[in-house]
Amino acid sequence: MTAFRQSVEAMIPALRRYARALARDADIADDLVQDTLVRALRSERLFLGGDVRSWLYTILTNLNKNRRRSLARRPQFMPLLDNNPDASGTEAEGRDIARALSTLVEEQRSVLLLVMLEGLSYREVADIQGVPIGTVMSRLARARAHVKASLEGERAALRRVK
Amino acid sequence: MTDQHIPVTEDELHAYVDNELPAERRGDVEAWLATHPDDAARVQSWRSMAEALHARYDSVIDEAVPKRLEIERLERQPRKWVYGAIAATLAAFVFGGGVGWMARGAAAAPSALQNFTLEALEAHRLYVVEVRHPVEVPGSERAHLQAWLTKRCGWIVRAPELTPAGLKLVGGRLLPGPGGPASFMMYESASGERFTIYTAKSEAEAAQMRFSSQGNESALFWADRGVAYVVVSSVGDRSRLTQIAQSVYDQMDKIEKTGG
Repeated sequence: MTAFRQSVEAMIPALRRYARALARDADIADDLVQDTLVRALRSERLFLGGDVRSWLYTILTNLNKNRRRSLARRPQFMPLLDNNPDASGTEAEGRDIARALSTLVEEQRSVLLLVMLEGLSYREVADIQGVPIGTVMSRLARARAHVKASLEGERAALRRVK
Repeated sequence: MTDQHIPVTEDELHAYVDNELPAERRGDVEAWLATHPDDAARVQSWRSMAEALHARYDSVIDEAVPKRLEIERLERQPRKWVYGAIAATLAAFVFGGGVGWMARGAAAAPSALQNFTLEALEAHRLYVVEVRHPVEVPGSERAHLQAWLTKRCGWIVRAPELTPAGLKLVGGRLLPGPGGPASFMMYESASGERFTIYTAKSEAEAAQMRFSSQGNESALFWADRGVAYVVVSSVGDRSRLTQIAQSVYDQMDKIEKTGG
Protein backbone atom coordinates (compact mmCIF):
# COMPACT_ATOMS: atom_id res chain seq x y z
CA MET A 1 0.00 0.00 0.00
CA THR A 2 1.35 3.43 -0.85
CA ALA A 3 2.08 6.06 1.79
CA PHE A 4 -0.86 8.02 0.46
CA ARG A 5 -3.24 5.14 0.99
CA GLN A 6 -1.85 4.47 4.42
CA SER A 7 -2.47 8.03 5.48
CA VAL A 8 -6.00 7.84 4.09
CA GLU A 9 -6.61 4.60 5.96
CA ALA A 10 -5.29 6.01 9.22
CA MET A 11 -7.93 8.74 9.02
CA ILE A 12 -10.96 6.44 8.75
CA PRO A 13 -11.82 6.32 12.48
CA ALA A 14 -11.64 10.10 12.84
CA LEU A 15 -13.65 10.62 9.66
CA ARG A 16 -16.31 8.27 10.99
CA ARG A 17 -16.48 10.22 14.24
CA TYR A 18 -16.83 13.53 12.44
CA ALA A 19 -19.41 12.14 10.02
CA ARG A 20 -21.43 10.57 12.84
CA ALA A 21 -21.65 13.88 14.66
CA LEU A 22 -22.29 15.80 11.46
CA ALA A 23 -24.98 13.57 9.97
CA ARG A 24 -26.36 12.19 13.26
CA ASP A 25 -27.23 8.88 11.63
CA ALA A 26 -24.74 6.04 11.68
CA ASP A 27 -25.62 4.68 8.23
CA ILE A 28 -25.66 8.03 6.48
CA ALA A 29 -22.40 8.85 8.25
CA ASP A 30 -20.69 5.73 6.94
CA ASP A 31 -22.10 6.40 3.46
CA LEU A 32 -20.44 9.79 3.62
CA VAL A 33 -17.15 8.27 4.74
CA GLN A 34 -17.34 5.66 1.99
CA ASP A 35 -17.98 8.27 -0.69
CA THR A 36 -15.15 10.35 0.74
CA LEU A 37 -12.73 7.44 0.58
CA VAL A 38 -13.78 6.46 -2.93
CA ARG A 39 -13.28 10.00 -4.10
CA ALA A 40 -9.94 10.33 -2.34
CA LEU A 41 -8.59 7.07 -3.76
CA ARG A 42 -9.83 7.99 -7.20
CA SER A 43 -8.09 11.35 -7.01
CA GLU A 44 -4.81 10.07 -5.72
CA ARG A 45 -2.92 11.36 -8.69
CA LEU A 46 -4.58 14.76 -8.34
CA PHE A 47 -3.29 15.05 -4.81
CA LEU A 48 -0.08 17.03 -4.96
CA GLY A 49 1.19 16.71 -1.44
CA GLY A 50 -0.13 18.80 1.42
CA ASP A 51 -2.24 17.66 4.30
CA VAL A 52 -4.24 14.49 3.59
CA ARG A 53 -6.19 15.00 6.80
CA SER A 54 -7.51 18.46 5.87
CA TRP A 55 -8.23 17.27 2.36
CA LEU A 56 -10.34 14.34 3.57
CA TYR A 57 -12.29 16.57 5.94
CA THR A 58 -12.87 18.94 3.03
CA ILE A 59 -14.28 16.21 0.80
CA LEU A 60 -16.54 14.92 3.54
CA THR A 61 -17.78 18.40 4.45
CA ASN A 62 -18.60 19.14 0.81
CA LEU A 63 -20.32 15.81 0.24
CA ASN A 64 -22.47 16.44 3.27
CA LYS A 65 -23.33 19.90 2.01
CA ASN A 66 -24.41 18.43 -1.35
CA ARG A 67 -26.41 15.76 0.39
CA ARG A 68 -28.21 18.31 2.52
CA ARG A 69 -28.85 20.51 -0.48
CA SER A 70 -30.58 17.65 -2.24
CA LEU A 71 -32.59 16.95 0.89
CA ALA A 72 -33.52 20.59 1.34
CA ARG A 73 -36.55 20.33 -0.89
CA ARG A 74 -38.00 17.48 1.11
CA PRO A 75 -39.64 17.63 4.50
CA GLN A 76 -37.22 17.01 7.33
CA PHE A 77 -37.87 14.33 9.88
CA MET A 78 -36.14 14.94 13.15
CA PRO A 79 -35.85 11.93 15.41
CA LEU A 80 -37.67 12.62 18.63
CA LEU A 81 -35.08 10.77 20.61
CA ASP A 82 -31.54 9.96 19.69
CA ASN A 83 -31.53 6.41 20.94
CA ASN A 84 -28.12 5.59 19.64
CA PRO A 85 -26.74 3.07 22.08
CA ASP A 86 -23.11 3.93 21.51
CA ALA A 87 -23.07 6.89 23.86
CA SER A 88 -20.37 6.52 26.42
CA GLY A 89 -20.25 8.71 29.48
CA THR A 90 -23.66 9.61 30.74
CA GLU A 91 -26.17 8.73 28.10
CA ALA A 92 -28.46 11.59 28.86
CA GLU A 93 -25.67 14.08 28.36
CA GLY A 94 -24.82 12.46 25.04
CA ARG A 95 -28.42 12.81 23.93
CA ASP A 96 -28.45 16.44 25.00
CA ILE A 97 -25.36 17.35 23.02
CA ALA A 98 -26.58 15.43 19.96
CA ARG A 99 -29.90 17.22 20.08
CA ALA A 100 -28.21 20.58 20.56
CA LEU A 101 -26.03 19.88 17.51
CA SER A 102 -29.08 19.06 15.43
CA THR A 103 -30.42 22.58 15.94
CA LEU A 104 -27.35 24.21 14.38
CA VAL A 105 -27.20 25.29 10.77
CA GLU A 106 -24.87 23.25 8.63
CA GLU A 107 -21.80 25.52 8.49
CA GLN A 108 -21.90 26.20 12.20
CA ARG A 109 -22.15 22.53 13.08
CA SER A 110 -19.24 21.75 10.81
CA VAL A 111 -17.05 24.48 12.32
CA LEU A 112 -17.92 23.48 15.85
CA LEU A 113 -17.11 19.82 15.22
CA LEU A 114 -13.93 20.42 13.27
CA VAL A 115 -12.55 22.69 15.99
CA MET A 116 -13.91 21.12 19.18
CA LEU A 117 -14.09 17.44 18.27
CA GLU A 118 -11.47 17.00 15.57
CA GLY A 119 -9.03 19.56 16.95
CA LEU A 120 -8.36 21.41 13.69
CA SER A 121 -6.94 24.92 13.68
CA TYR A 122 -8.98 27.94 12.60
CA ARG A 123 -6.74 28.19 9.54
CA GLU A 124 -7.43 24.59 8.51
CA VAL A 125 -11.18 25.03 8.99
CA ALA A 126 -11.09 28.24 6.94
CA ASP A 127 -9.45 26.31 4.10
CA ILE A 128 -11.92 23.43 4.41
CA GLN A 129 -14.93 25.72 4.24
CA GLY A 130 -13.31 28.08 1.76
CA VAL A 131 -13.98 31.18 3.90
CA PRO A 132 -11.80 33.73 5.73
CA ILE A 133 -10.65 32.98 9.28
CA GLY A 134 -12.90 35.76 10.59
CA THR A 135 -15.93 33.89 9.24
CA VAL A 136 -14.80 30.69 10.93
CA MET A 137 -14.49 32.55 14.23
CA SER A 138 -17.91 34.15 14.00
CA ARG A 139 -19.51 30.83 13.03
CA LEU A 140 -17.79 29.16 15.96
CA ALA A 141 -18.92 31.87 18.38
CA ARG A 142 -22.51 31.62 17.18
CA ALA A 143 -22.45 27.83 17.29
CA ARG A 144 -21.14 27.79 20.85
CA ALA A 145 -23.69 30.34 22.02
CA HIS A 146 -26.48 28.39 20.38
CA VAL A 147 -25.44 25.01 21.77
CA LYS A 148 -24.95 26.51 25.23
CA ALA A 149 -28.42 28.05 25.15
CA SER A 150 -29.90 24.82 23.86
CA LEU A 151 -28.25 22.72 26.60
CA GLU A 152 -29.23 25.18 29.32
CA GLY A 153 -32.77 25.45 28.01
CA GLU A 154 -33.14 21.69 28.16
CA ARG A 155 -31.77 21.39 31.64
CA ALA A 156 -34.02 24.18 32.85
CA ALA A 157 -36.99 22.39 31.32
CA LEU A 158 -36.01 19.16 33.05
CA ARG A 159 -35.76 20.88 36.39
CA ARG A 160 -39.18 22.36 35.94
CA VAL A 161 -40.67 18.98 35.24
CA LYS A 162 -39.08 17.54 38.35
CA MET B 1 4.55 43.13 25.00
CA THR B 2 0.84 43.31 25.63
CA ASP B 3 -1.05 45.24 28.19
CA GLN B 4 -3.44 43.36 30.42
CA HIS B 5 -5.53 46.45 30.69
CA ILE B 6 -6.53 46.07 27.06
CA PRO B 7 -9.96 44.46 27.43
CA VAL B 8 -10.14 40.83 26.35
CA THR B 9 -12.51 40.38 23.41
CA GLU B 10 -14.87 37.47 22.88
CA ASP B 11 -12.76 36.34 19.94
CA GLU B 12 -9.80 36.12 22.28
CA LEU B 13 -11.76 34.02 24.73
CA HIS B 14 -12.55 31.53 21.96
CA ALA B 15 -8.98 31.59 20.74
CA TYR B 16 -7.80 31.01 24.30
CA VAL B 17 -9.96 27.89 24.70
CA ASP B 18 -8.91 26.60 21.28
CA ASN B 19 -5.18 27.21 21.84
CA GLU B 20 -5.11 29.72 19.02
CA LEU B 21 -4.08 32.67 21.15
CA PRO B 22 -0.52 34.00 20.87
CA ALA B 23 1.46 32.75 23.87
CA GLU B 24 2.21 36.26 25.14
CA ARG B 25 -1.49 37.07 25.48
CA ARG B 26 -2.48 33.97 27.44
CA GLY B 27 -1.38 35.41 30.76
CA ASP B 28 -3.49 38.51 30.16
CA VAL B 29 -6.55 36.42 29.41
CA GLU B 30 -6.02 34.31 32.51
CA ALA B 31 -5.72 37.45 34.64
CA TRP B 32 -8.87 38.81 32.99
CA LEU B 33 -10.82 35.61 33.71
CA ALA B 34 -9.81 35.76 37.37
CA THR B 35 -11.62 39.07 37.70
CA HIS B 36 -14.51 38.49 35.27
CA PRO B 37 -16.63 35.60 36.53
CA ASP B 38 -19.13 35.81 33.66
CA ASP B 39 -16.43 35.31 31.08
CA ALA B 40 -14.84 32.60 33.20
CA ALA B 41 -18.19 30.79 33.32
CA ARG B 42 -18.53 31.03 29.55
CA VAL B 43 -15.06 29.64 29.01
CA GLN B 44 -15.89 26.83 31.42
CA SER B 45 -19.12 26.07 29.56
CA TRP B 46 -17.23 25.77 26.28
CA ARG B 47 -14.80 23.36 27.88
CA SER B 48 -17.62 21.19 29.21
CA MET B 49 -19.21 21.33 25.77
CA ALA B 50 -16.02 19.92 24.26
CA GLU B 51 -15.95 17.22 26.93
CA ALA B 52 -19.56 16.32 26.20
CA LEU B 53 -18.78 16.06 22.48
CA HIS B 54 -15.87 13.76 23.12
CA ALA B 55 -17.86 11.71 25.61
CA ARG B 56 -20.59 11.28 23.04
CA TYR B 57 -18.57 10.63 19.89
CA ASP B 58 -15.12 9.32 20.80
CA SER B 59 -16.48 5.80 21.09
CA VAL B 60 -16.84 5.82 17.28
CA ILE B 61 -13.04 5.90 17.05
CA ASP B 62 -12.82 2.58 18.87
CA GLU B 63 -15.47 0.83 16.80
CA ALA B 64 -14.25 -1.75 14.34
CA VAL B 65 -14.20 -0.17 10.89
CA PRO B 66 -17.07 -1.68 8.85
CA LYS B 67 -15.99 -3.96 6.03
CA ARG B 68 -17.40 -1.68 3.38
CA LEU B 69 -14.96 1.04 4.42
CA GLU B 70 -11.84 -1.09 4.12
CA ILE B 71 -9.40 0.45 1.68
CA GLU B 72 -8.55 -2.86 0.03
CA ARG B 73 -12.19 -3.53 -0.62
CA LEU B 74 -12.85 -0.04 -1.97
CA GLU B 75 -9.95 -0.43 -4.34
CA ARG B 76 -10.93 -3.87 -5.50
CA GLN B 77 -14.53 -2.91 -6.21
CA PRO B 78 -14.21 0.79 -5.98
CA ARG B 79 -17.45 1.86 -7.52
CA LYS B 80 -20.03 -0.72 -6.66
CA TRP B 81 -21.94 1.80 -4.57
CA VAL B 82 -23.18 3.52 -7.70
CA TYR B 83 -25.36 0.57 -8.54
CA GLY B 84 -26.89 0.59 -5.10
CA ALA B 85 -29.93 2.56 -6.06
CA ILE B 86 -30.86 0.50 -9.09
CA ALA B 87 -32.10 -2.56 -7.29
CA ALA B 88 -34.04 -0.38 -4.90
CA THR B 89 -35.65 1.74 -7.61
CA LEU B 90 -36.46 -1.24 -9.79
CA ALA B 91 -38.03 -2.95 -6.81
CA ALA B 92 -40.01 0.19 -6.07
CA PHE B 93 -41.19 0.18 -9.67
CA VAL B 94 -42.22 -3.43 -9.67
CA PHE B 95 -43.95 -3.36 -6.30
CA GLY B 96 -45.27 0.14 -6.59
CA GLY B 97 -46.62 -0.53 -10.05
CA GLY B 98 -46.29 3.15 -10.81
CA VAL B 99 -44.92 4.92 -13.82
CA GLY B 100 -42.91 8.10 -13.68
CA TRP B 101 -40.09 9.46 -11.64
CA MET B 102 -38.93 6.69 -9.43
CA ALA B 103 -36.57 9.04 -7.72
CA ARG B 104 -39.43 11.10 -6.39
CA GLY B 105 -39.91 10.56 -2.71
CA ALA B 106 -36.90 8.31 -2.44
CA ALA B 107 -33.48 9.88 -2.27
CA ALA B 108 -34.38 12.89 -4.37
CA ALA B 109 -32.37 13.17 -7.56
CA PRO B 110 -31.04 16.57 -8.44
CA SER B 111 -33.64 18.15 -10.67
CA ALA B 112 -30.96 19.10 -13.21
CA LEU B 113 -30.35 15.42 -13.76
CA GLN B 114 -34.05 14.89 -14.31
CA ASN B 115 -33.99 17.65 -16.92
CA PHE B 116 -31.20 15.87 -18.74
CA THR B 117 -33.20 12.70 -18.62
CA LEU B 118 -36.20 14.43 -20.18
CA GLU B 119 -33.96 15.81 -22.92
CA ALA B 120 -32.47 12.38 -23.49
CA LEU B 121 -35.92 10.82 -23.75
CA GLU B 122 -36.96 13.49 -26.25
CA ALA B 123 -33.87 12.95 -28.36
CA HIS B 124 -34.36 9.21 -28.22
CA ARG B 125 -37.96 9.47 -29.42
CA LEU B 126 -37.03 11.94 -32.14
CA TYR B 127 -34.13 10.07 -33.70
CA VAL B 128 -34.79 6.45 -32.99
CA VAL B 129 -37.55 6.34 -35.61
CA GLU B 130 -35.23 7.80 -38.28
CA VAL B 131 -34.30 5.23 -40.84
CA ARG B 132 -32.07 7.20 -43.20
CA HIS B 133 -30.59 9.92 -40.99
CA PRO B 134 -30.57 8.77 -37.39
CA VAL B 135 -27.06 10.15 -36.79
CA GLU B 136 -24.66 12.79 -38.07
CA VAL B 137 -21.51 10.68 -37.91
CA PRO B 138 -21.84 6.97 -38.67
CA GLY B 139 -20.49 4.26 -36.37
CA SER B 140 -17.95 3.26 -38.99
CA GLU B 141 -16.11 6.50 -38.08
CA ARG B 142 -15.97 5.75 -34.38
CA ALA B 143 -12.59 7.42 -33.69
CA HIS B 144 -13.63 10.59 -35.50
CA LEU B 145 -17.00 10.61 -33.73
CA GLN B 146 -15.36 10.33 -30.32
CA ALA B 147 -12.74 13.00 -30.99
CA TRP B 148 -15.28 15.41 -32.45
CA LEU B 149 -17.84 15.05 -29.63
CA THR B 150 -15.09 15.27 -26.99
CA LYS B 151 -13.85 18.50 -28.54
CA ARG B 152 -17.28 20.07 -28.85
CA CYS B 153 -18.60 18.95 -25.47
CA GLY B 154 -15.50 19.51 -23.37
CA TRP B 155 -15.54 16.18 -21.52
CA ILE B 156 -14.36 12.79 -22.64
CA VAL B 157 -17.01 11.30 -24.92
CA ARG B 158 -16.55 7.66 -25.80
CA ALA B 159 -18.73 5.27 -27.74
CA PRO B 160 -18.64 2.25 -25.43
CA GLU B 161 -18.14 -1.21 -26.91
CA LEU B 162 -21.49 -2.96 -26.56
CA THR B 163 -20.93 -5.82 -28.99
CA PRO B 164 -20.94 -8.37 -26.12
CA ALA B 165 -24.48 -7.18 -25.37
CA GLY B 166 -25.41 -7.67 -29.02
CA LEU B 167 -25.42 -3.96 -29.88
CA LYS B 168 -23.69 -2.29 -32.78
CA LEU B 169 -22.84 1.43 -32.86
CA VAL B 170 -25.08 3.22 -35.37
CA GLY B 171 -23.32 6.55 -34.81
CA GLY B 172 -23.78 9.79 -32.95
CA ARG B 173 -24.63 13.45 -33.08
CA LEU B 174 -24.17 16.69 -31.20
CA LEU B 175 -27.29 18.12 -29.52
CA PRO B 176 -28.15 21.32 -27.70
CA GLY B 177 -28.67 20.38 -24.04
CA PRO B 178 -30.30 22.37 -21.22
CA GLY B 179 -27.05 24.11 -20.33
CA GLY B 180 -24.73 23.63 -23.29
CA PRO B 181 -23.81 20.90 -25.74
CA ALA B 182 -24.80 17.28 -25.26
CA SER B 183 -23.60 14.13 -26.98
CA PHE B 184 -25.97 11.52 -28.33
CA MET B 185 -25.08 8.04 -29.52
CA MET B 186 -27.25 5.32 -30.94
CA TYR B 187 -26.83 1.56 -30.85
CA GLU B 188 -28.81 -1.14 -32.58
CA SER B 189 -29.29 -4.86 -32.11
CA ALA B 190 -29.65 -7.43 -34.86
CA SER B 191 -33.40 -7.40 -34.29
CA GLY B 192 -33.55 -3.61 -34.64
CA GLU B 193 -34.00 -2.58 -31.01
CA ARG B 194 -32.33 0.78 -30.47
CA PHE B 195 -30.58 2.11 -27.38
CA THR B 196 -29.26 5.64 -27.01
CA ILE B 197 -26.64 7.14 -24.73
CA TYR B 198 -26.87 10.81 -23.89
CA THR B 199 -24.22 12.79 -21.97
CA ALA B 200 -24.25 16.38 -20.76
CA LYS B 201 -22.36 18.53 -18.30
CA SER B 202 -23.78 17.89 -14.83
CA GLU B 203 -23.83 20.26 -11.90
CA ALA B 204 -23.65 17.39 -9.48
CA GLU B 205 -20.22 15.83 -9.37
CA ALA B 206 -21.73 12.39 -8.92
CA ALA B 207 -25.16 10.86 -8.48
CA GLN B 208 -26.28 7.30 -8.03
CA MET B 209 -27.85 5.43 -10.88
CA ARG B 210 -31.61 5.83 -11.02
CA PHE B 211 -34.43 4.53 -13.13
CA SER B 212 -37.16 6.46 -14.82
CA SER B 213 -39.79 5.69 -17.41
CA GLN B 214 -42.08 7.76 -19.53
CA GLY B 215 -44.47 6.36 -22.09
CA ASN B 216 -42.77 3.47 -23.87
CA GLU B 217 -39.28 4.63 -23.05
CA SER B 218 -37.30 3.84 -19.98
CA ALA B 219 -34.05 5.41 -18.86
CA LEU B 220 -31.26 4.80 -16.40
CA PHE B 221 -29.42 7.95 -15.46
CA TRP B 222 -26.53 8.86 -13.26
CA ALA B 223 -23.71 11.39 -12.96
CA ASP B 224 -20.04 10.76 -12.59
CA ARG B 225 -17.10 13.18 -12.49
CA GLY B 226 -19.34 16.06 -13.43
CA VAL B 227 -20.89 14.36 -16.46
CA ALA B 228 -24.52 13.23 -16.60
CA TYR B 229 -25.26 9.99 -18.44
CA VAL B 230 -28.68 8.81 -19.60
CA VAL B 231 -29.17 5.43 -21.27
CA VAL B 232 -32.58 5.12 -22.93
CA SER B 233 -34.38 2.21 -24.52
CA SER B 234 -37.83 1.61 -25.94
CA VAL B 235 -37.73 -2.03 -24.95
CA GLY B 236 -39.70 -2.84 -21.84
CA ASP B 237 -36.98 -5.14 -20.55
CA ARG B 238 -35.45 -3.35 -17.59
CA SER B 239 -32.84 -5.96 -16.79
CA ARG B 240 -31.49 -5.57 -20.32
CA LEU B 241 -31.36 -1.79 -19.89
CA THR B 242 -29.60 -2.23 -16.55
CA GLN B 243 -27.06 -4.59 -18.07
CA ILE B 244 -26.26 -2.10 -20.83
CA ALA B 245 -26.10 0.89 -18.48
CA GLN B 246 -23.71 -0.97 -16.22
CA SER B 247 -21.53 -1.86 -19.16
CA VAL B 248 -21.45 1.81 -20.23
CA TYR B 249 -20.68 2.84 -16.69
CA ASP B 250 -17.85 0.35 -16.23
CA GLN B 251 -16.21 1.29 -19.52
CA MET B 252 -16.35 5.02 -18.80
CA ASP B 253 -14.99 4.35 -15.33
CA LYS B 254 -12.07 2.43 -16.77
CA ILE B 255 -11.35 5.15 -19.33
CA GLU B 256 -11.37 7.84 -16.65
CA LYS B 257 -9.07 5.81 -14.45
CA THR B 258 -6.47 5.34 -17.10
CA GLY B 259 -6.71 8.99 -18.02
CA GLY B 260 -8.51 8.59 -21.33
